[in-house]
Amino acid sequence: MSGQQRLRRPRAGSAGFRALMTSPAGAFGVVVVTVLVLSAGISFLWTPHDPQLTDPFAKWLPPSVEHLLGTDEVGRDIFSLLLVGSRVTVAVAIGSAVVSTIVGVALAALGSLTRRWVREAVAVLIDILIAFPTLLIAMMIASVFGGSLWVVIWAVGISFGVNIARVTRPEIRRVSHSEYVLAGRAAGLGPVRNLTRHLLPNVAPVFIVQLSWSMAVAVLAEAGLSYLGYGAPSSVPSWGRMLSELQTYLAVHPLSVLWPGLAITITVLALNLLGDALRDATDPTLGRRAPTTTPTSPQGVTA
Amino acid sequence: MSLEVEDLVITLGGRRVVDGVGFSVPDGARFGIIGESGSGKSLTALAILGLLPDGAEVGGSIRWEGTELVGRDDRELARIRGREIGIVFQEPRTALNPIRTIGRQIGEPLRIHEGASKRAAMARAIDLAARVRLPEPDRIVRRYPHQLSGGQRQRVAAAIALACRPSLLIADEPTTALDVTIQSEILGLFERLVSETGSSLVFITHDLAVLSRIATDAVVLAQGKVVEAGPVAKLLSAPVSPVTQRLLAAAKTMSWKGEDDD
Repeated sequence: MSGQQRLRRPRAGSAGFRALMTSPAGAFGVVVVTVLVLSAGISFLWTPHDPQLTDPFAKWLPPSVEHLLGTDEVGRDIFSLLLVGSRVTVAVAIGSAVVSTIVGVALAALGSLTRRWVREAVAVLIDILIAFPTLLIAMMIASVFGGSLWVVIWAVGISFGVNIARVTRPEIRRVSHSEYVLAGRAAGLGPVRNLTRHLLPNVAPVFIVQLSWSMAVAVLAEAGLSYLGYGAPSSVPSWGRMLSELQTYLAVHPLSVLWPGLAITITVLALNLLGDALRDATDPTLGRRAPTTTPTSPQGVTA
Repeated sequence: MSLEVEDLVITLGGRRVVDGVGFSVPDGARFGIIGESGSGKSLTALAILGLLPDGAEVGGSIRWEGTELVGRDDRELARIRGREIGIVFQEPRTALNPIRTIGRQIGEPLRIHEGASKRAAMARAIDLAARVRLPEPDRIVRRYPHQLSGGQRQRVAAAIALACRPSLLIADEPTTALDVTIQSEILGLFERLVSETGSSLVFITHDLAVLSRIATDAVVLAQGKVVEAGPVAKLLSAPVSPVTQRLLAAAKTMSWKGEDDD
């Protein structure tokens, strides 16, 4: 414990990464996300079997050396399908993270750094938008434009962007009214420098947690929407689609449903843990080496 | 005359919080602004640097080295802030960015105003840390604010304010949030720094005892108006306004307490 405390001294660059890897949650998150991205990449070059190849004589094979996780109802290799399906997961996670960052930062900045009537209008807008559940927005977009991965990305991006804005807006307000931002201006910092030196870095920890959460929700939402038939088209293998296809045979072949379910669960868990660990690693006031002052937040004690 | 404030009026939310304040600070002078809380002394200091909160309206005149500061746009004022006029705030716990190292924060004004490289700024930051008597300057610049004590943080704030050798230093109650023993050390620091650099000082406080130690001339503010002005020695020996008398009485009880403790 004390060794871990000593190592968990957050710094920029490689030392920050070391701090991330020394926390079990951070290491788990990094490893799972790395494996996920690697398998999505590898699936373009190689899969054990052609994931679309059906074989009526190889239906419902149990896990073996030939088929690591067995085969499905038309004889496709489940492991190969999972590998190819991870592409969709990665694409949706990254895509919705980008969209929700843009939407979230724009709304949060408009809602905190502008004139009063603009701020209040944005606050009301956020409150209204937040009332729409992600799946509802996705279904609305899908019913107009038809189901595709873009629908998932935009729906999760927009609804989580609003969430990010809701949490980040008061945070920006708080930091922009803090004395060190005033002190920064008093030292001659222009608005841009104040933003990059003081405002954004101090808002980042809250933002990172929200972002990793939005990626986790995106993975779940893709699964949910594909399950409902609004997500990836049937030609594109995805974990959600596998889940919906295999669950009809749940009573007969329970093991086969386990794999996509497990993949989704582990990914979502890893993204959540990674967000928490990243927040801790980027905040120098948490996990300090020698407690020279009293802890400023409960995380400082428990993390 | 390096700083001249004339008929300064600050309106905040429809209320005149500073009403016709005027004083002048010659080059190299040590000037005090004293008043009870809410008297408008901090707002006066912020007005000099153009850092008043949104919605505040400023009237009157603030001339710095002969040029008018009231009504200048933020960009022009930013060139003066930190380079010609430095300021230290009251609360050292919140005046430093919690997630940047001490060294980078001290070096910041040098990077902005003098275009110093990262390396040069860090080297100068170590020098400055030594000048404000921070322990182990070359190590402390790599630390974060939460690893420092209140007094040390106020020294960092002083180092930031003095980094570009401004010709005027404004200190807005820099000792109020500190322990009594640390207060005395920080006062000594300001005295030394001001005499070393030859810059003028505007010291804001509500404590006449503190003022008598550091300033030669002062204005007394109450409810946004100047109620008395003159040499600090005269304010101490023959206070005219009831506000000054009250401040003097408060200062006396404080110092008696101090003697009892000894």
